Amino acid sequence: MERKKIKKSFWIKLVSVPVLMFFFAYAMVPIYDVLCDITGFNGKTGTVETEQEYLVDEERLVSVSFFAATSSGFPVQFSPKVSSMEVVPGKFYNTSYIAKNTTDEVIIGQAIPSVAPTDAALHFKKLECFCFVKQEFQPGEEVEMALRFVVEPEMEEWIKDVSLSYNFYKLDS
Amino acid sequence: MSSTTAAAAHDDHHHGPEKGLLRWVKTTNHKDIGTLYLWFSFAMLLVGGAFAMGIRSELLQPGLQLFEPQFYNQLTTMHGLIMVFGAIMPAFVGLANWLIPMMVGAPDMALPRMNNWSFWILPFAGTILLSTFFMEGGAPAFGWTFYAPLSTTFAPDSTDFFIFAIHLLGFSSIMGAINIIATVLNMKAPEMRLMDMPLFVWTWLITSFLLIGAMPVLAGAVTMMLTDRNFGTAFFDAAGGGDPVMFQHIFWFFGHPEVYIMILPAFGIISHIIPTFARKPLFGYSSMVYATASIAFLSYIVWAHHMFLTGMPVAGELYFMYATMLIAVPTGVKVFNWVATMWKGSMTFETPMLWALSFVFLFTIGGFSGLMLGIAPADIQYHDTYFVVAHFHYVLVTGALWGIIAAVFYWLPKWTGKMYNERLAKIHFWLAMISVNVTFFPQHFIGLAGMPRRIPDYALQFADFNLISSIGSFAFGLSFILFTYILVDCIRNGKPAEARPWRSAKGLEWTLAAPVAYHTFDEPPTRAEILAESQHS
Repeated sequence: MERKKIKKSFWIKLVSVPVLMFFFAYAMVPIYDVLCDITGFNGKTGTVETEQEYLVDEERLVSVSFFAATSSGFPVQFSPKVSSMEVVPGKFYNTSYIAKNTTDEVIIGQAIPSVAPTDAALHFKKLECFCFVKQEFQPGEEVEMALRFVVEPEMEEWIKDVSLSYNFYKLDS
Repeated sequence: MSSTTAAAAHDDHHHGPEKGLLRWVKTTNHKDIGTLYLWFSFAMLLVGGAFAMGIRSELLQPGLQLFEPQFYNQLTTMHGLIMVFGAIMPAFVGLANWLIPMMVGAPDMALPRMNNWSFWILPFAGTILLSTFFMEGGAPAFGWTFYAPLSTTFAPDSTDFFIFAIHLLGFSSIMGAINIIATVLNMKAPEMRLMDMPLFVWTWLITSFLLIGAMPVLAGAVTMMLTDRNFGTAFFDAAGGGDPVMFQHIFWFFGHPEVYIMILPAFGIISHIIPTFARKPLFGYSSMVYATASIAFLSYIVWAHHMFLTGMPVAGELYFMYATMLIAVPTGVKVFNWVATMWKGSMTFETPMLWALSFVFLFTIGGFSGLMLGIAPADIQYHDTYFVVAHFHYVLVTGALWGIIAAVFYWLPKWTGKMYNERLAKIHFWLAMISVNVTFFPQHFIGLAGMPRRIPDYALQFADFNLISSIGSFAFGLSFILFTYILVDCIRNGKPAEARPWRSAKGLEWTLAAPVAYHTFDEPPTRAEILAESQHS
């Protein structure tokens, strides 16, 4: 029996696999974002447009703790006004964070929120947050930044404690 | 090696290898390239081993003795990178080059020139990687998994050289894999059916599909790192809307298939050696093929079991835990088949068989500790401890490396036409077998007790087991000097070997003269020859 010659289509198919997989690595970036939106995978929180009505169970209480951090090279003192609150799921609450620019320069930054446990992230929604936009701090300025949030009653019963942390990053412009 | 001598006697329309050193630069012969790969990986094994000796010397006693913590981290990082990308992977490609064309009755690889290129990229990539030690800021120190932001925001400038080296190594592996797929599917003897192929060929074919699927993802990950570091993108930087945890997802999407890339060919090797020395056909040939394919498929969908501590939803942890447990089923099929092959066999214990048996035993220990790590709630305790270090050294050293050494002893008489010193080889086996367990078994205990990995110093309660582990590692290191001597002694002074030095060995490669001629299988083997040398009954 004769040995067969290798067809051109075979090479095209074979080489296209690694090429496609290289682009698949990049495709994982949007896929990851979508998955995070659906599952709360990376602790990113949701938002609500209006103050909608939830079924409120006054008996149920969830403890929400607030944390603050700044990335290296961000010279702003940043802390929550209260370190924790007892909240009833379905009701809207107000709290705030305080930031003080201790330098004599204008500093621009943005806060990135994260909620733990991740199963709570989907049900932690914000109506108003300083993290939606970038913040500008004048030299020596101290600002109180508002946050209005709700923990949805759909959140699983086993979650008794939720923590919300912000990390402030410096932006160049 | 000495395949040179036989070529002259071979028929006249063929040329033997070129004279002089340029032969090795210009060669397109699969046997030459296999030899180059094997010696390169052996050199890298010794370099990576030297780093391991440094690591264990520092850990001999608590406190900082020899190195700054930063340099210690460079050693662990480079040990991992060199062993994975420089030693284990090229060694398997070398074995594939040598053996696959002979096993399927092909005259050479499908793309001989690309084959030459795949190899010659490696020494340059290895040199670039190792040269980072001499750069400002030192070599990469972020662990072989190079998690962002350690490898992006906080890494030394030499990281860009590391990225380039990974790109080159990835190119080499992908080209090697494409070559192997083309060779197996198109160049095998026309009379050979897929289910006639020996298991080393099957496992390598499946491994090649893992390589072309996973290595480009690694290339994507390091390219994102490169642009994050130098060109202002923010794939892994939360400040710019990226996510460092996503790096881990992309890395382990490559990383988990990668660990099977390093073990599947070893499964194939063991499936050749055990039937030979048990003098029985391999039990369950087709279930071996299906089990290998199942493992390969599952390896793509379990990656996040490396990330149980990144804060996943409970549903995610459950899924990745159960999917991981599922891999134990096909792996169990394989171990069962090896044991069933030995059942009521007439076993003898020549050196390749000793390595194969200890592979089955020790790899299974590594598999079991892997199952323990796959249990999401238990992993909270085990994660990033020495238990993990013990686990992956049991599967990579006594798994992958054991398979390679077993293959070297098994096929060395075929490659060189000479027999190694059996007495010395047995002494070497026992020295390595005992010392590797003295090195890595105590690491299970210190890991369960809570000693973290990648730390140059430790609490006093870990001192005794670390001392034992370090002493074992020095003995294990010495065993490679003996191994080198045995190889050189075989090549230089070995007694001539028969064409089929193992009486019950089956496979087309054993029908060839020893030492094997420079060109083989110009005429494909016939159906009768293929069936006579087939692995299954």
